[in-house]
Amino acid sequence: MEFLANFLNGHADLIITLVKIALLVFIVLTVNAYLTWFERKVVAHIQSRWGPHRVGPHGLLQPAADGLKFLFKEDPTPAGVDKFVYYLAPLLALALSLTSLAVIPFGPDPITVFGRKIYLSITPPELNIGLLVLFAITALSVYGVALAGWSSNSKYPLLGGLRSSAQMVSYELALTLSVVGVLLMANSFNLSDIIRAQARHPEWGLVGWNIWPQIVGFFCFFSAAVAETNRVPFDLPEAESELVAGFHTEYASFKFAMFFIAEYTAMITVSCLCTIMFFGGWLSPFPASWHFTHYLPSVILIPFGAWVVWDGLRYETIWGRLVLPVIGGVMALIGLALLGLPGVNEYIQAPFWFLAKVFVFLFVYVWMRGTLPRFRYDQLMSFGWKLLLPVSIVNVIVTSFVILLRSGWK
Amino acid sequence: MTPQLLIFYVLAALAVIGALSLILQKHPIHSALSLIVVMVALAGLYLLMGAEFVAAVQIIVYGGAIMVLFVFVIMLLNAGVEEHTNFSKLAGYLGVPLGLALTAFIAAAIARSTETVQAAPPTLSAQTTQSISHMIFKQFVYPFELTSFLILVAIMGAIVLAQREK
Repeated sequence: MEFLANFLNGHADLIITLVKIALLVFIVLTVNAYLTWFERKVVAHIQSRWGPHRVGPHGLLQPAADGLKFLFKEDPTPAGVDKFVYYLAPLLALALSLTSLAVIPFGPDPITVFGRKIYLSITPPELNIGLLVLFAITALSVYGVALAGWSSNSKYPLLGGLRSSAQMVSYELALTLSVVGVLLMANSFNLSDIIRAQARHPEWGLVGWNIWPQIVGFFCFFSAAVAETNRVPFDLPEAESELVAGFHTEYASFKFAMFFIAEYTAMITVSCLCTIMFFGGWLSPFPASWHFTHYLPSVILIPFGAWVVWDGLRYETIWGRLVLPVIGGVMALIGLALLGLPGVNEYIQAPFWFLAKVFVFLFVYVWMRGTLPRFRYDQLMSFGWKLLLPVSIVNVIVTSFVILLRSGWK
Repeated sequence: MTPQLLIFYVLAALAVIGALSLILQKHPIHSALSLIVVMVALAGLYLLMGAEFVAAVQIIVYGGAIMVLFVFVIMLLNAGVEEHTNFSKLAGYLGVPLGLALTAFIAAAIARSTETVQAAPPTLSAQTTQSISHMIFKQFVYPFELTSFLILVAIMGAIVLAQREK
């Protein structure tokens, strides 16, 4: 027992980091699962369908069913594949996309647990190359897709892999250049510093965010980032109508699920980045003097919980009529409890705003999937090279010029 | 053994193994993958020396952009497994002795200065983004611009060569 206590004290940082990693991976995988449910529901409603609604009330247990299906499906390895690379590719894709979340700061202030300060990011907050780490991981994540396409020894995956390498290399330039404006304004690669630089004045709220001066940079960044994550309208590597399923055609069962999780995690990372770079990260959109907005995170839970109760009572199956009101009631109770605990309210401010903004971007992703058609390959290339790249270069020049003027030609 | 030294040995071993595998692998894709391992291990070594920016750029430029291009070309040409040729006479009489001599030379150089061989102390001048930008855009601005011009010329040359008929 004493040995254990000594070990815990001696390696506290290591253990805290390991726990944080486990927690983050667990949360991200769960969010991923429900992101698929959310996407199917939203796209279904855009197209006047119901979406999943058989497994559990409102299809809420669908992700669990999908997970089980992935685990128990037959996992054949096609003949003639390059075994090592074929197994490496999904691992690489998943590992890299999960790693990228390690540098995301979810809140500014450390939480004190057992007398130890715990920051809301896995890497220490003074990491000076946060954004560069993300770009490095983005640069490497091409391999997952490209190698999967090559090693499958099949024509559709090869075409998908080639397309994706070309696409990701092309859009990486615009992606990197479009954030230079933000970096110039924040004077740092540190993600926390970039967020703090957007709190220009306590009373400005959302007026101070980078989205206003850097709106051109934001559109370049978001377009390039959507292309990097291979999502609609840039999902050419897996264009169903022409390439069956693109680079992962020959992957089944859990290896396919790994690509799937990697793609959804990349979506979350991009949403986090948009939030951090352009939408003030964890900053509240309201002026600091509006104290009542601090109760918003907990107040929002009460009407939402009430709505879930009301909806649950009218649900068609008995199972739904039993479960949904309980979930809604618990939500409303949590909201009420949080209202009574002002200290906790202050703690959840930053993560609440951060996650709310991330959620909005995830919705935009799904919304685009439901509404936009896919680019043709030549359109994709000319859009990246002839529009995004020049516009982001002009954005860099104009931003640096304005900053130079405001600092008085020093 | 300090954690830094342990990490150094692990990364150094990775780099050496990757480099060996790069030469010994028969398939070009496997060689390219080995080279990526070398690049990433080198980035880790830079990070160990406190050169954060250089480490990140090493992965972005070498591990990412350049190696993606290699892999892309290998995939596009669908290059197969390398064929084994007989040992050439030139290599036998000239290459092997010279290679051995070089190895002996380097080994001797390292052996003569045992106490200085260690992970470099984090006192490099090219540590932070700021100091690197000062070096590139102030101290060495003309060589830097000339190099960019050279690369631009090379790109234009490639386009001219690739554009066969108008």
